[in-house]
Amino acid sequence: MSINKDFFQKRDFNYDFQSSGRPEAGWQEATRIAETLVPTHCSFCGVQCGMYLKVYEGKVIGVEPRNYRHNRGSLCPKGVVAYQQVGHPDRLTYPMIRRGGKGGKLERATWDEALTYIVNRWQQIQAEHGKDAVAIYSGSSMTNEKCYLMGKFARVALGTRHIDYNGRLCMSSSAGAYAKAFGLDRAPLPMTDIPLTDCMLVVGVNIAECFPIMMQWVWRARDKGASLIVADPRETPIARTADLWLPVRPGTDVALLNAILRQLIVDGMIDEDYLRARTNGWEQARAEVEPFTPEYAQNICGVPAERILAAARLYGRANHSLIMHGKGIEHSSHGVDTCLSCINLALARGQVGKPGSGTMMITGQGNGQGGREVGQKANQLPGYRHIDVPAERQYIAAVWGIPVDELPWEGAAATEMVHLMADGEIKSCMIACSNLMVSLPDNHVVQQALSRLDPLVVVDFFLSETAELADVVLPGSVWCEDEGTTTNLEGRVIKINQAAEPPGEARCDWQILCELARRLGKGKFFPYQSALDIWEELRIASKGGVADYYGISWERIEEEEGVFWPCPAPDHPGTPRLFTERFAFPDGKARMFPVAYRPPAEEPGPAYPFRLTTGRVVYHYLTGNQTRRLGFLNSQAPEPWVEIHPQAAQRLGIKDQEIVRLRTPRSSMKIKALVVPTVRPDTLFVPYHYGHEHAVNQLTNPAVDQVVKIPEYKVCAATVEKLDQPEPSITDGYTVNFTPEDTPKMFPYAVGETKGPAERKAKTY
Amino acid sequence: MAVKTMFVDPSRCIGCRACEAACRECDSHKGESMVMVDFIDRGKSVATQPTICMHCQDPLAPCAQVCPVMAILITPDGVVQMAEPSRCIGCRNCVYACPFGVPKFDVQARLMKKCNLCYDRASQDLKPWCAQACPTQALWYGDYEEFMNQREGHPVNLTAFGKQSVRTKIYWVLPQQTQQLDVTTLLEEARAEIGVTDQQQEAWVL
Repeated sequence: MSINKDFFQKRDFNYDFQSSGRPEAGWQEATRIAETLVPTHCSFCGVQCGMYLKVYEGKVIGVEPRNYRHNRGSLCPKGVVAYQQVGHPDRLTYPMIRRGGKGGKLERATWDEALTYIVNRWQQIQAEHGKDAVAIYSGSSMTNEKCYLMGKFARVALGTRHIDYNGRLCMSSSAGAYAKAFGLDRAPLPMTDIPLTDCMLVVGVNIAECFPIMMQWVWRARDKGASLIVADPRETPIARTADLWLPVRPGTDVALLNAILRQLIVDGMIDEDYLRARTNGWEQARAEVEPFTPEYAQNICGVPAERILAAARLYGRANHSLIMHGKGIEHSSHGVDTCLSCINLALARGQVGKPGSGTMMITGQGNGQGGREVGQKANQLPGYRHIDVPAERQYIAAVWGIPVDELPWEGAAATEMVHLMADGEIKSCMIACSNLMVSLPDNHVVQQALSRLDPLVVVDFFLSETAELADVVLPGSVWCEDEGTTTNLEGRVIKINQAAEPPGEARCDWQILCELARRLGKGKFFPYQSALDIWEELRIASKGGVADYYGISWERIEEEEGVFWPCPAPDHPGTPRLFTERFAFPDGKARMFPVAYRPPAEEPGPAYPFRLTTGRVVYHYLTGNQTRRLGFLNSQAPEPWVEIHPQAAQRLGIKDQEIVRLRTPRSSMKIKALVVPTVRPDTLFVPYHYGHEHAVNQLTNPAVDQVVKIPEYKVCAATVEKLDQPEPSITDGYTVNFTPEDTPKMFPYAVGETKGPAERKAKTY
Repeated sequence: MAVKTMFVDPSRCIGCRACEAACRECDSHKGESMVMVDFIDRGKSVATQPTICMHCQDPLAPCAQVCPVMAILITPDGVVQMAEPSRCIGCRNCVYACPFGVPKFDVQARLMKKCNLCYDRASQDLKPWCAQACPTQALWYGDYEEFMNQREGHPVNLTAFGKQSVRTKIYWVLPQQTQQLDVTTLLEEARAEIGVTDQQQEAWVL
């Protein structure tokens, strides 16, 4: 939770009219009246609120509310000022190249010079070191069309196996768990169903700050009498007024969820008929939770046993209950397991498939849902197809018009890619829509890895912390300078419309990719004249896949206020509610998995007595590359702080607003202390939106989940001390349960080796 | 036709300042926010509170009553307008007279500025920007009957400061039994509570 602005500067901002800095936007000419209102959606989080952009003489001058199905005209502060990114003075308007090598400066270049340089270097590298020496690191905060093209560009134009994207850091735990349990990875119900529920169990998601617009649906449910339970180590704004707050110790959610499930069994709240008819594996799941008495769980997760009992009864007695979960449980070395234990809970109550009930993952990124199913994931092809399944490879190769043997196999996950860069296996990488220097854990290692790349190519519209290290920077477009579709956190496919042209020499991202492909001699595979052409190909590529977009056209999206996938035919209504009759496995049954409690990779000890957890504030989005440049948002939270409980602060002699040193086994940083009782006494919290010396990812643990390789941002051992104390030399004194090196690799073979037939067949889905 | 007004529910406020950002988008005062969001006491809680002009009805607009040049006008439907720039002499009487601390004094422009319930939008049957944007509907615009049909909570338009009470066009949303927002009593209760030590409270973490 944020703070008043006087925390940062000693002024009373309430009487300060223009305190919010750049950009000044169109306000000098306040009399301009918009010629047109362009209907579109917000560029930020996964809710994708509808909005109108006011356009005057080709310039975006403001925003107007749009009464769309899921946001009803509401906007959060990020949405209100999103339009100020267009025409922002910091926009990149021409390509830049580091002519003097790594030590040199980024200098202005022509498109021709920049693209020629990139293509020459790539061809040289691929000739010397093989095709996989060039990688693509993509992102999910862009349209489905761009995400799809990224995957195709990597596999067809470059022929590299190494493409992955920042959704690896965001949603991969939920995605993995839903695919494992339900056979299909999507939130099974729309937001508009939330008011149908009788009890909401919110686990590890600060809906109020990260998805403010969802709160109106939560409140509609509460107005009808639904109860709200929130599990979070901090008293977030949604926890403040909840019926029950479970202040769980970071990284121990499985113990809490297992204890709730055990209590449901004890109280006879289990829906045995549903379990028999619609699930497999209940007996094993039941056996696993047997030892988790409330008292036993209390010792692990730090939530008083009475509160666990109360939560189980509140949840168990509700006819319709809904579990909403997010990054709090996903950013963990056992993220998939924790999501699975949420699913077990909902299945045991027979809730999944009922309206307004079941589980709902809250996807963080703007197109976090679409980005992960159109084929830019290391192991996936468009339509949620698996790159290891021969029939699915064959289908996509045919759509793309290439021989199936030329289609690369699975590559490294985003978090593993960094190590391949550091080891010199990846010689060059193109990064688009991602800011690794802020987003990846233990960013000293990331910096070393990126500095070994030659060239590091970054496509962005602002000079991010990562672009600062690049050898070539290509200016891209913001969301409303291009058109296309995104898929929001409900699985609703919506349409982004173009309101302005890219500034200066900047280009739409898909045009950059097509031009690069042409210069690589693969132009005939990229004949697109518009984003619509890419969409039409994406529809065909996804046809028959799990995420089937075939029946969705841009006209239908406008007419029907969004269409939910799977939508296999033009006359198919789309699927807002999933699993109402059957789950997506051949036998139609959901799978339940026993979830054992495993501690986080790193636990506190005498030298590092706290658990450090990280998260968002309402004013910023992801790495803040966009929102830190928008005056209104930045003035609310220009720098990070560390939240410390008064008891801990008193013990350490730390005062509110004092600059302290925050230290973990990896590094330390100076940061302002916010002494507040709204965080557990054994926990420290830092918002992660900041770069350079303000980046909390200097400190976080790079340990990753065993299955999906999501980093453990939400817990590591840490200590905080006054600045005048010398840094002690001891480096042990904390528990290491496992290290990043212990984790089995997703990229399961030695680098450079081609997958043999045995391995290709080893994976079954 | 039912009268539309604003309902302020601090329990729903999440402190996101969407109202402030949205207020700055209004055509009549671009870049300047007339709504304020405050953390009540960040050292104790994450509770926040939006403040808009309450549009006092009884006594009628103290700010307008103390204005020596009659710069603050009141519309027939009870909306207290921002000081008319051509009349305002920058004396700040209104700033001192307002019981809610709403009018802001713009030192550079030497003008009083405050919320006018988005008169330009509301007169065209649009919602004021702050209520339109508010993600949680802590600021809610509509008529009383509509509110009672849709929402939990008890709208109250009486605020008491000691013996003096003010009836306003804008409603607070308070717990069911509350008849008025009694500021003095609440302050006294809060003072009494400060004596409570941490040991006396129920343990909430172990």
